[in-house]
Amino acid sequence: MPRNAIAAPILRDGFPAAARLHVVTGKGGTGKTTVAAALGLAIAQTGRKVLLVEVEGRQAIAQLFAVPALPYEELRLATHGGRGSLWGLAIDAEEAMIEYLDMFYRLKRSARGLKRMGAVDFVTTLAPGLRDVLLTGKVKEAASRTDPDGHPSYDAVVLDAPPTGRIAKFLDATKEVAGLTRFGPINRQSVGVIELLHAPRTVIHLVTLLEEMPVQETLDAASDLASLGFHLGAIVVNRARPDLISDDLLDAAGTIDAKLLAAGLRRAGIPTSAAHAAALAAEVEEYAQRQRIQRENAARLDTLTLPRVELPDLNPPVDLGELNRLADCFLVPASELGP
Amino acid sequence: MTATPALDLPALVRDRATRVVVTCGSGGVGKTTTAAAIALLGAESGRRTVVLTIDPARRLAQSMGLVELDNTPREVAGLEGAAAGRLFAMMLDMKRTFDDVVVEHATPERAEQILANPFYQSLSSSFAGTQEYMAMEKLGQLAAMNEWDLIVVDTPPSRSALDFLDAPQRLGRFLDGRMIRIITAPARAGGRTGLRVVTVGIGMFAKVFSRVLGSDLISDLSAFVSALESMFGGFRQRAEQTYELLKTPGTSFVVVASPEPDALREASYFVERLSAERMPLAGVVINRTRRTAAVPGAPALPAARAEVALAQLHGDEPAARLAAMALRVHCEVATAAEHDARMAERFRTAHPDVPLVGVPALPADVHDLDGLRRIGELLTPS
Repeated sequence: MPRNAIAAPILRDGFPAAARLHVVTGKGGTGKTTVAAALGLAIAQTGRKVLLVEVEGRQAIAQLFAVPALPYEELRLATHGGRGSLWGLAIDAEEAMIEYLDMFYRLKRSARGLKRMGAVDFVTTLAPGLRDVLLTGKVKEAASRTDPDGHPSYDAVVLDAPPTGRIAKFLDATKEVAGLTRFGPINRQSVGVIELLHAPRTVIHLVTLLEEMPVQETLDAASDLASLGFHLGAIVVNRARPDLISDDLLDAAGTIDAKLLAAGLRRAGIPTSAAHAAALAAEVEEYAQRQRIQRENAARLDTLTLPRVELPDLNPPVDLGELNRLADCFLVPASELGP
Repeated sequence: MTATPALDLPALVRDRATRVVVTCGSGGVGKTTTAAAIALLGAESGRRTVVLTIDPARRLAQSMGLVELDNTPREVAGLEGAAAGRLFAMMLDMKRTFDDVVVEHATPERAEQILANPFYQSLSSSFAGTQEYMAMEKLGQLAAMNEWDLIVVDTPPSRSALDFLDAPQRLGRFLDGRMIRIITAPARAGGRTGLRVVTVGIGMFAKVFSRVLGSDLISDLSAFVSALESMFGGFRQRAEQTYELLKTPGTSFVVVASPEPDALREASYFVERLSAERMPLAGVVINRTRRTAAVPGAPALPAARAEVALAQLHGDEPAARLAAMALRVHCEVATAAEHDARMAERFRTAHPDVPLVGVPALPADVHDLDGLRRIGELLTPS
């Protein structure tokens, strides 16, 4: 294999190279799926084989990568030369249960029969935590699977997890069901899942916007998760608007001099500059207000002392080229790398 | 072809024929705030209004200036206008609503058995459809009280907006389902005739589940299911009644979205689904629409034009710096506005008959009635 002249990229602080499982969560509407996909691509760019997993039956990975709906199997989404590659998997609780029954009890045929009878749906409905147990169980299986040569099948797994409101319950569903089934094989299997999710090799990243509610949910989730013994990775600030305001150009009340602006616009060749100046002044004042709110919310996040990554607003829909741009945000810039 | 009609929510809630408004949409699009603003519009137009929210984040409570919401409607103070009616707000207590249903439909002894069963506790507090089902149940109760001119229901923050319509039926199907019959079959057969009727299905079920779950669990489960069985009829009947209520002309669905592909995709599914179910759709609200400021007598500068102008500016005297900053801000705002307009247009052409209203993105979150009132104004078509 030819030696690479350029050093492989390195992930930023908060994304430890030793992490086997990256869990990405965030309030609804913050873009956690896009963030999970971009993080998966970034890790693949560091030369590793990565599995991107979704568990909410939305086929969000297929939408993002513009491929047909994913079946219950792992498919390659992107490659980065050598081992660097990103794979995708949409976990379905029913299929996971059948696989599970087959793997542990060699009950595949009975399992299929039970599915036809609606039994799988029945059981996952009655003990709702069981659905999450199956989903996290499959994540664990993928994260700890080894190839025949003994190497891990994937260097890293990135999980597009349920939103912050549900994340603690989702990750600890196994504990709850372990309580319902105090004995037996499910109980034994649970222990392994609980161990993996609470181990330092599993890190949880929180996606947020610099708005009040998402930041509040992020702070709440961070403290919940930490108190439950999970390891937090990074805060990912999504859709940050660029800092464009020079405070010295606004007066104390946050307004600008529209006449002066009109003069400037005239020089820039804008006709009817007075009418445009009034509109632009209104936009600047509102933008400045947003910027202040954005800064205040960024400051609230400072209490978390977690590494932070900022992603720009690319105005979705995001395509693969744009995902790669977002992926770069997770990597240490070449200029900061040593020789 | 006629232009897409504008969605006029103030007119909708003023209309005495409108009795129920259901807001739905995917998470994070401002659904709860929209529901509260619609309720305030209704109340301030003189109607006795109640708004039911299901959101555990208690966001509505904050925006209504309420400290606590529970299963009882609480009056919201501070309405304005000479003609103002009254506004009440409440938050669904899912488990309590479920408990009430059980108590109402079972004998006291049975009810006690059910409420104490670990499976019931799990089902009533965390089943993915229970929230939706109980929201429907509560809506049915409120509608039956004949105390309200207008009921505004905010739907649970489901992964998919469709869960809201499906969940009550799913729960009904589940409680009435084949598995329930199979699992209770040995008990029933034994109780009635003393014969052991073991079909192939039961044998397989018993084999797999006692092996996987352990036999303790099966007996708990069987007890729960037998206890619930007496209530099946009641459950299904109520679910059907509420479903029918949703189809009546007094009900209107308002789909809430934001100008993003995921949220609009959910909105599309919902619009299609409502139409397939013959549910009355009032229209779609697209929140958080970013816009440029209006220029009197001229169109706004396109982002590309602003960039060209920016390149003309040199020097660092205040006029040039100010104009450069304003043009940079305008590029950012106009690019976002062009994107959002494109998203809305795409939705409009896909659903030409669906009334739409776009609500501009507000710089700050809404915390009080003034903020809700402001949204009410923005919901009014010009």
